[in-house]
Amino acid sequence: MARRRFAEVSRESVKLMAESAGAELGDDVAALLAEDVCYRLREATQSSSQFMRHAKRRKLTVEDFNRALRWSNVEAVCGYGAQDALPFRPAKEGELFFIEDRDINLVELALATNIPKGCAETMVRVNVSYLDGKGNLEPQGTVPSAVQSLSDDLLKYYQQITRAILGEDPHLMKVALLDLQSNSKIAALLPYFVYVISGVKSVSHDLEQLNRLLHMVKSLVQNPYLYLGSYVRSLVSSVMYCILEPLAASINPLNDHWTLRDYAALLLTGLYHQILLSLQKVLSDPVRPLCSHYGAVVGSTLWGGRCAVERVLFPHLPAYWANLQAVLDDYSVSNAQVKADGHKVYGAILVAVERLLKMKALSQPADGGSSGQPGSAVGVVGYRVSSPGLSPPPEPLSEAALGIASHLQAGGAGCPWEEWTPVPLPAMYCELYSFFGDSLAVRFSTGPGFGSYPPCPPSQLGDARKEPCGPASNPDTARKMPQLTANLNISPRQDGSPRTDPPPPSLASTGPGRSLARSSSSSSSSSSVQRSKSSLSRSGQRPAGPSRDVFPKARFTSPQTGLPVFSFLIGGRQRGRRCKLPVIGRVGKPVRRWACSHYSLHLPL
Amino acid sequence: TRDDVCFPFLNLAHAHFIFKMAAVQGGLVDAVEEKDIKTEPSSDGIGNNNANDGGPLSASPSSSASAGSNKSSAGAPEDQQTLLAVLQFLKKNKLTESVDILRREAGLPEDSLDLKGGDSSGAGSGGAAGSGDAAGGDASALLSRVTASTASSAAVAPTFSPTAAGEDQPDVNVVLSAYSQQGDPKLYPVYYSGLKRFIESVLDCHRAELSQVFYPLFVHMYLELVYNNYESEAKAFFEKYTGDQECYYEDDLRILSSLSKREHMRGNETLLDFRTSKFVLRISRDSYQLLKRHLQERQNNQIWNIIQEHLYIDIFDGMPRSKSQIDAMSGSLAGEGKREANKAKVYYGLLKEPEIELPLDDEDEEAENEEGKPKKKKPKKDSMGSKSKKQDPHAPSQTRIPLPELKDSDKLDKIMYMKEATKRIRLGPDNLPSICFYSFLNAYQGLTAVDFTDDSSLIAGGFADSTVRVWSVTPKKLRKVKSAADLNLIDKESDDVLERIMDEKTASESKILYGHSGPVYGISFSPDRNYLLSSSEDGTVRLWSLQTFTCLVGYKGHNYPVWDTHFSPHGYYFISGGHDRVARLWATDHYQPLRMFSGHLADITCTRFHPNSNYVATGSSDRTIRLWDVLNGNCVRIFTGHKGPIHALAFSPNGKFLASGATDGRVLLWDIGNGMMFGELKGHTDSIYSLRFSRDGEILASGSMDNTVRLWDALKAFDDLETDDFTAATGHVHLQDNSQELLLGTYVSKSTPVIHLHFTRRNLLLAAGSYNP
Repeated sequence: MARRRFAEVSRESVKLMAESAGAELGDDVAALLAEDVCYRLREATQSSSQFMRHAKRRKLTVEDFNRALRWSNVEAVCGYGAQDALPFRPAKEGELFFIEDRDINLVELALATNIPKGCAETMVRVNVSYLDGKGNLEPQGTVPSAVQSLSDDLLKYYQQITRAILGEDPHLMKVALLDLQSNSKIAALLPYFVYVISGVKSVSHDLEQLNRLLHMVKSLVQNPYLYLGSYVRSLVSSVMYCILEPLAASINPLNDHWTLRDYAALLLTGLYHQILLSLQKVLSDPVRPLCSHYGAVVGSTLWGGRCAVERVLFPHLPAYWANLQAVLDDYSVSNAQVKADGHKVYGAILVAVERLLKMKALSQPADGGSSGQPGSAVGVVGYRVSSPGLSPPPEPLSEAALGIASHLQAGGAGCPWEEWTPVPLPAMYCELYSFFGDSLAVRFSTGPGFGSYPPCPPSQLGDARKEPCGPASNPDTARKMPQLTANLNISPRQDGSPRTDPPPPSLASTGPGRSLARSSSSSSSSSSVQRSKSSLSRSGQRPAGPSRDVFPKARFTSPQTGLPVFSFLIGGRQRGRRCKLPVIGRVGKPVRRWACSHYSLHLPL
Repeated sequence: TRDDVCFPFLNLAHAHFIFKMAAVQGGLVDAVEEKDIKTEPSSDGIGNNNANDGGPLSASPSSSASAGSNKSSAGAPEDQQTLLAVLQFLKKNKLTESVDILRREAGLPEDSLDLKGGDSSGAGSGGAAGSGDAAGGDASALLSRVTASTASSAAVAPTFSPTAAGEDQPDVNVVLSAYSQQGDPKLYPVYYSGLKRFIESVLDCHRAELSQVFYPLFVHMYLELVYNNYESEAKAFFEKYTGDQECYYEDDLRILSSLSKREHMRGNETLLDFRTSKFVLRISRDSYQLLKRHLQERQNNQIWNIIQEHLYIDIFDGMPRSKSQIDAMSGSLAGEGKREANKAKVYYGLLKEPEIELPLDDEDEEAENEEGKPKKKKPKKDSMGSKSKKQDPHAPSQTRIPLPELKDSDKLDKIMYMKEATKRIRLGPDNLPSICFYSFLNAYQGLTAVDFTDDSSLIAGGFADSTVRVWSVTPKKLRKVKSAADLNLIDKESDDVLERIMDEKTASESKILYGHSGPVYGISFSPDRNYLLSSSEDGTVRLWSLQTFTCLVGYKGHNYPVWDTHFSPHGYYFISGGHDRVARLWATDHYQPLRMFSGHLADITCTRFHPNSNYVATGSSDRTIRLWDVLNGNCVRIFTGHKGPIHALAFSPNGKFLASGATDGRVLLWDIGNGMMFGELKGHTDSIYSLRFSRDGEILASGSMDNTVRLWDALKAFDDLETDDFTAATGHVHLQDNSQELLLGTYVSKSTPVIHLHFTRRNLLLAAGSYNP
């Protein structure tokens, strides 16, 4: 099979369009037309990218495309000029995707009292960004000089504490540290303490002092009344110093600087988790405004990386989703601002989970799913795309009960994420797909490669997550696992019955070895897979062996070959002159005839 | 008011000028618009590319004549054949005006047509009259001649297009006809893989060179298959061998792969280009002999034919080049530039600065500094005098290109420039410039172009909503000249007439210029700050007055989007280039171009004047940069090596070097004197949209879509330049990968792509872009 790197419009789509215009086309004509449409489409896309480049943008707009059309004497496509992206949604009931095109309540709009102000004037503002080639920002990592004048009491306290901690008496030190950990009135002293701690660099010869300073960090971190704010940075750099630098103390082999490093590293995770926890706290607080949620999502994406998203955001998503959906679905004018905020959050979550999926995919190439390497996807063509059913939302991890710094109490061992178990990629993908549908830019096939992955993580999951990967384990949803790669050009013709999907291949065959024993011993989830296997009709024509041999090679092509993919649909049999695609959002039954094509327009950007 | 006393003459002159401008405002614009609507009347019989309008350029008649001969000699029979076919096609589609224009612009020899057509005299005069009706009436007669001449010329020159002789109605098919020869398509993969095996088996030193053959061969074989309707074979062939091609051809291959029908080939300009222009390869003699011997031994005529017909192999004596050397130079749409293309002499030196007396300079300063003190008469010193030195041997003669006379205001500006220059900061690796960022806020319309005036007093932005906006960067507000009626009222003899003509009521920080009907992609201030040029998607270039803030002229000629325009550093001339692949040189007072520079195989994406105004550089999405001689319209340099469309060009202040930036994120440095690449600056991760040398050329600043400004040590790059005669003779580059040593700093903006850079006269770096949160 040829590698389809480009847009392909199926013959069926062409015929449908012709029908809606009142013409019947023969197969060969449709095929010819389809090919020509593809070519023209590509040509227009190529030339539209030129307009984008000259407009010095990264994003191709409808306007660019229309300009390209106009210059090649083709009628422009009207009605899609909005700046913000149109939501592209799957209909839950059927395998149908549509662009949301809501009715606008003109009365409400006309009578609305909050008339939006005109857009702000374009202006130019100048700022000196770099003075003499150096950033004019304050140098990083320094502690600002006295923020406020200190009262005598505070000053005395400060002196006492520092003296005690750095002094000789271990008992006094313990008391001081304890007080530091619980005193609620020392916020003003924080910069000073941070400054003291930053002295690690000057005492790197003295293991004992370093240790004490680190204990001080720990106390500060654990103090529930202290907001570390921007001082976290300074603290982190001090701790990092102890972890990374070849301390003077380590010259002497008798010094146990290893313990120091261990301890410092532990502290670092404490700081890390503290941030994660506060992010999560914000996200799970429905009272907080959407902008705070946005911050939490972005924070966990950009700062926390994969781990943060996976542990903070993902488990919380099902619960959060309901709230967000409610906001987004409220089209009243009074809700406009909130809705706009909601879209920001939506976008942030989307970015976050896409990154998560991508990274997860890349990190487990051996046992992950298959990729969109169409050339090798021999037996996959028969699969159909389906919108996934609603999978039972996994229960969010119950971490709320844990105090902010409780993780440190057990010397790091009590990390609340200890009980966390990674969700396998297919399950995660299914779940996310049920939320986002085709908005997800990352696509995975759920072909044999996927099926052979253990549908459920090992049994120790236990009660914490009942059927966390429902989609994979339950026959109904397993079928609906999306099968989206560039090659999967699914047309209704090809699969007369939507139930022909091959089941996940048997677990016993070539699945990653580790899953076998456990999954058979695990309770209901794996047995349901077995059942699902038998209940589904096998498409026997596809030899399972070879295809599985093919897959490991092709899984997750490297990023440069993975072309962006999107899918679209030309749907609905349109009688008369209705020019709009059928509004599907509220229709109970999906429209019968449709065609779905997969697209991958690769633009030279 | 001392100023006014000092420059009575100047004030008067200036005022007079402005009066005139204001008075004729309405009428002038109308007249110009009217002219623009008409198509360019055919002016002369020769109708050469370099239609000389009798403008200032006619000061050099000999050169213009030589240009003419040059062009006509270039019009080889094959090209003519193509042209005639195109004419025929146009006629078929009733595009009579285009026929007319094309015929004129292409310099189709009228006399040769006359030989064939019986009614030549009538048609000729009709065409010359240029009115729409006459042209329409003539069209059929004219075209019948074209047809006749085509048929006969095909017969005359059968060697160039053997198949055309058989057809009596030439068509665009003629252009593609070379593909119609039959060969067994099944054997193409065999041929290709045979060659591949051979090349893989040759010695290492030859392999890299011979591998260059793969890409053009691959493309031509594919096209031949497609042309002959072997669709599935073509697809299979493509699939099989597309992986072998160099990654920098990816964009072209993408276009190619979308094409699988003969019908599609017709409208595809990229392919027509590929077909009509020969792909240029540089191969050492030894390697070439090896290839030739192999092909002849194997009787591999198919490949040999393609090589003969579609490839230009530039053979050189000496060591074969290494892979890295080849990679540095290749990547353009049509291979490397031929070596002889870069042999012409280029006068890259600077023009001598005009001598300017500075009689009032000292007084001014004293007056400012020691107000109230009696002035001491110092011995007058001519600060320009010390600067005047011998004529640079590489500089063109002062009058090679007729330049406008310096007005008094220009002289005043030069004096200001000198003053500023004395306060200039010497930059260097240890002394980097400060950077000021001009952020465009709320630019929903999309900022597409930015320019600063040379003295950094104004900033202008072109927007996707077709507007041009001008801001004053200094506290001085922008004011319009009063209306004609009001101007009549003021006292023209008064000292402060320049102030009086300005309408205080119109003072504002910014002005919006409306007129374009498409996004404004290019923008350029005139050096005297009186004018602003803007080029737009609507196919026009507009000249705006910054005194009245109205449009003065709309230059029509590009019938497609105009991507860029740039004023000559001496004013008066400007260059524009766009989607039609032709760069045009204009003078502000001519509504027709003075020169047309054609040769690029794809859109011209950026244009730039050389500091001495004798040359222009154009960058294109065919991934080449060309340097054109303004005097005769010749292409004097072709620079290849970029792997993506070129979007930024900058000449070094001494005129010796050119820097270019492309979508591939690399900056390449070129020595104009010998046409060689001498530097590659890697670091940017996205398209480079702006490049600028510091005022003394020590630092090169580059701005990119990756939201960074990077500073490069240009001086070091120039110094490292090894100019032994051998490299210059062979044209081989030896690039060392020293980007990291040359990179002096990376400065990140806050989500703001850097689309323009500018060094003030004191070497402060200004950057501009629109904030995209």
